[in-house]
Amino acid sequence: MNVGENLDSAFSALADPTRRAILARLAKGEATVNELAEPFEITQPAISQHLKVLEDAGLIVRRVDGTRRPRRLVKTRIDAMDRWLAMLRKTLEQNYDRLDQVLAALPTHQKGESR
Amino acid sequence: MNKLELKTEGETHVIARRRFAASPELVYRAHTDPAIVQKWLLGPEGWTMPVCINEARPGGKIRYEWSNGKGAGFYLTGEYLELEPYSRIVHVERMFMPDATPDNHVETRFDPDGAGTLMTMRMTLPDAQTRAAMLATGMEHGMEASYARLDAAL
Repeated sequence: MNVGENLDSAFSALADPTRRAILARLAKGEATVNELAEPFEITQPAISQHLKVLEDAGLIVRRVDGTRRPRRLVKTRIDAMDRWLAMLRKTLEQNYDRLDQVLAALPTHQKGESR
Repeated sequence: MNKLELKTEGETHVIARRRFAASPELVYRAHTDPAIVQKWLLGPEGWTMPVCINEARPGGKIRYEWSNGKGAGFYLTGEYLELEPYSRIVHVERMFMPDATPDNHVETRFDPDGAGTLMTMRMTLPDAQTRAAMLATGMEHGMEASYARLDAAL
């Protein structure tokens, strides 16, 4: 199936547990680098690197608030991923359609169980 | 037409439900006989499952390897915990892409439904974040590869 490159980078960005945790935190509201770094036993530069990956993937944006640079989720981006998952759901369905064919071709041992 | 139901439940579960026009015994066998699994649990166009180990007994190993024939591939390993032919399977699995995903604990039920079978797969992930990630990355790399190629193959 043809997955847009943009979404591909978004899903790739999600492949890291720290980044997923960051997104989970941001789902509750915007937060600064320091606030995001707090629960993790990694350095702030490391957090910043993760934030850059998420920004490049378009999953989060930063805004300027004085000296603060709070990050927030990009809802349209998340929605796009939801739509992609809906497409995937269809794919799953198609796969089971394939299993239907396989099952129909299997020899049966009990009458009345074939389609 | 048989429709797949896919939904989340609580914080950590994903439920998939699907009817099949075959007996629970056949649907069960389609999930546990490697020769049959290899026929339908394939990847998207160009993907195959060259390795399919499926030891359907408690403690038995599961290993599925997918390849696109161009050097790309990934695999899944798992272990069977409980098997009740032909009604229930409990196993644990994780994907390697290449790092291992957290364990997905899966209970699959095959209930008689008229002349057919109602299959209910209840997946339990360690936490809500893992579930979100599985629905995203896990499906992208795993389930997409497992389920995507149907149209062309039928």
